[in-house]
Amino acid sequence: MEPTPLLELRGASVRLGDELVLDGVDFRLLPGEIHSLMGENGAGKSTLVKAITGALPLAAGVMTVDGRPCVFRNPLQAQRAGVSSVYQEIDLLPNLSVAENICLGREPRRFGMVDWPAMREHARRALDTLGVSLDVMSQLGTHSLAVQQLVAIARAVSTDLRVLVLDEPTSSLDADECAELFRVVRQLKARGAAVLFVSHFLEQVYELCDRVTVLRDGRCVGEYLTRELLRIDLVQAMVGDRRVARRLAPVLRVAGPQEPPYLSARGLVATGVHGADVDLLPGEVLGVAGLLGSGRSELARAMTGIDPVRGGVLRVRGDEASFPGPRPAIRLGVVYSSENRRTEGIISELSVAENITLALQAERGVLRRLPEARKRELAASWVEALDIRPADLDRPAGTLSGGNQQKVLLARLLALAPRVLVLDEPTRGIDVGSKVEVQNLVRELADNGVAVMFISVELDEVLRVGNRVAILQSGRVLETLAAEDLTVDSLTALVTGADGIDG
Amino acid sequence: MARTVHHRLFWPVLSLLALVVLNAAVRPSFIRVAVRDGHLYGALVDILRQSAPLMMVALGMTLVIATRGIDLSVGAVMAVSGAVALTLIDRSADPGDVGTVIVAIAAGVGIGVVLGMWNGFLVTVLRVQPIVATLVLMLAGRGVALLVTGGFITTVVSPPLKFVASGYLLGLPFALFLSASAIAVVALVERRTALGLLTEAVGINPEASRLAGVRSRGIVFTAYVASGALAGLAGILYSSNIMAADANAAGEFIELYAILAVVLGRTSLLGGKFSIAGTVVGVLVIQTLQSTVLFLGVSSAQSPVFFAVVVAVVVLVQSPQLHSRVRRLSGRRRRAVPAPEKPARDVEVSA
Repeated sequence: MEPTPLLELRGASVRLGDELVLDGVDFRLLPGEIHSLMGENGAGKSTLVKAITGALPLAAGVMTVDGRPCVFRNPLQAQRAGVSSVYQEIDLLPNLSVAENICLGREPRRFGMVDWPAMREHARRALDTLGVSLDVMSQLGTHSLAVQQLVAIARAVSTDLRVLVLDEPTSSLDADECAELFRVVRQLKARGAAVLFVSHFLEQVYELCDRVTVLRDGRCVGEYLTRELLRIDLVQAMVGDRRVARRLAPVLRVAGPQEPPYLSARGLVATGVHGADVDLLPGEVLGVAGLLGSGRSELARAMTGIDPVRGGVLRVRGDEASFPGPRPAIRLGVVYSSENRRTEGIISELSVAENITLALQAERGVLRRLPEARKRELAASWVEALDIRPADLDRPAGTLSGGNQQKVLLARLLALAPRVLVLDEPTRGIDVGSKVEVQNLVRELADNGVAVMFISVELDEVLRVGNRVAILQSGRVLETLAAEDLTVDSLTALVTGADGIDG
Repeated sequence: MARTVHHRLFWPVLSLLALVVLNAAVRPSFIRVAVRDGHLYGALVDILRQSAPLMMVALGMTLVIATRGIDLSVGAVMAVSGAVALTLIDRSADPGDVGTVIVAIAAGVGIGVVLGMWNGFLVTVLRVQPIVATLVLMLAGRGVALLVTGGFITTVVSPPLKFVASGYLLGLPFALFLSASAIAVVALVERRTALGLLTEAVGINPEASRLAGVRSRGIVFTAYVASGALAGLAGILYSSNIMAADANAAGEFIELYAILAVVLGRTSLLGGKFSIAGTVVGVLVIQTLQSTVLFLGVSSAQSPVFFAVVVAVVVLVQSPQLHSRVRRLSGRRRRAVPAPEKPARDVEVSA
């Protein structure tokens, strides 16, 4: 017999405006299990998480905690009932100490004053239960994102934790940091807590989770035991019968005549980059593989004028060039898409149409405004070409799902008709369907003569999209190899560097 | 009807109308507009005329706030502008000459531009926080104005200057034409060029805008220059009204009223989306309120409290949080399914 669920939803519906974003979903979390929630972007994963943690009210259905009906009006009430969440974008205060962050809002007090020694002790104990050693008086902002995440979990653990929700916790972590996080999560499981693990990484779901619930279009497709579920069936369940065929379509590599590089770097030096050589050829995708800290993003940013170059040479079509900012690079057709979609990409309150045409408008200058009709026509054509959903030009771009935001950003750059497209983790945190669409789009662009640089932590993706792969270590390009000659295993070995400088 | 209620200017306009109705109820003469010597007279006309300086300053403030900034120096800029213009007129051979006055006005607005460039330089090049950067000029500016006037209140006799604030054109106060053209120019420049859109982009997400190739610095700089120029013109209007350059009284606290007007017009202090029409309504609410204080005969000792209470009420009436709370309460009473709180708020923000 199965134990009583710690938390259960029956027939849960959530309404956003006029839209039913969650429709009669049944969902349960058992004590001592790690449960994954899977689905494409817009399937209702975040909505379900928000409903559980009290950030969104249920329009219909009931939620029970320990078999008792329960309504959370806000996240605080949920926390008091033992339901805590750690989000992808950590909402802690970087300028306060670790201890202050862990105890924030429930500082131990004595005579009405904050009892500092007790607070430090409390924080230390919370970190100890996770097996994390950390100076609790250090400033949070000085630690890596991974450590900050552990602090956020410690904060949740320091209350009477029953259910922990982790929303995309691993999207910014490297392999070691993931392992550390998984260790902590398994510890929580051993203590009888239920962990809800939301992630786009299939591998991690299979490694960590006991059970998985799949959502599609706001409905529950099913609940499965992970060990009994084949990967292909899981993907099938997530995307329905719409796009699986396309996903498995082999990527064509057209071996065109070798053209001279459009953009090349020799001995490039910048923060985190120590003498990198890169050639970006028209009609070719250069995959970039490297660990966190290998200078992936730094290299991309230095080559596109985002961050200053301190040494070395950049050449455009053989002529020496320097980019003192993004604008000069854009003028020569060199554009960059940041890995931080939210902080460096989308202008969330502007409409989809305004976001798509922003770079083009900036390029035209203040005085030559794109006429409204032209702007809408242009945006509409990109919305159609990239299948951006919902196809509503006036919707604030921040309300779209991650995959669609990424497409809006791509459209913004493509509207400039670029010669060189530098994409920094364009598929991070987006669902399988959108991922494949983005990959196919990148191939299509290359076939049309654009030079693409494609950075990704997922090595199989780098191999599938790239014609050649540049292997990055310690800010240098170690080797550039043809993708055909590599397998995921051999590439992994190269990237981690058996003789490793990075270890 | 629902569309009207959800329009972002519904509550500001309603507040304005409520104030006018309140005044008219207490004193029907409030809404009477008479024609005398071919000129329009009446309390409403006075409100429009007197609102001109605040209107200019608030327009500039809107642009600066949209870039995530704030301009505390506008009052001081008014003082400097008035001091420069009136000193020029005072020292000229013929204070009554139209040419002299035009040169003086140009000089006043010009000094406003220069001071705006100084603010813009501090904010965009030296990366000083806007509130600190403009605080410098807010404190130092009046000192500069005193230096210009030699420590005195400069008074002049110059009919062309007097015309600027008190004259009539085509039956309407000349100041009204000035503020109407300021509104029109700002609205046209912002919405007919891409400046408005790019300003909002920079205000919402400066780094994303930079990466998209937007010249963030230039746009922020422009906003401070515009604010300086408009404050300069406001300084001329103020001096013309009292025919004197008073370095201490000119534009006193006007930065706070301007910020209030911007907020009443539903532009967020966090920057981003802005509304020129909203600011115009906000200015009119404030000016009407000031007239109300006079009209109702509130004693001068009590008027600040009265003003504050009414402002608090107006701000509360506009608060989306209060609306959703009221809706929830009334929904509960009707035993209906309570409307989800968060989405309702989102819809309003995006509307």
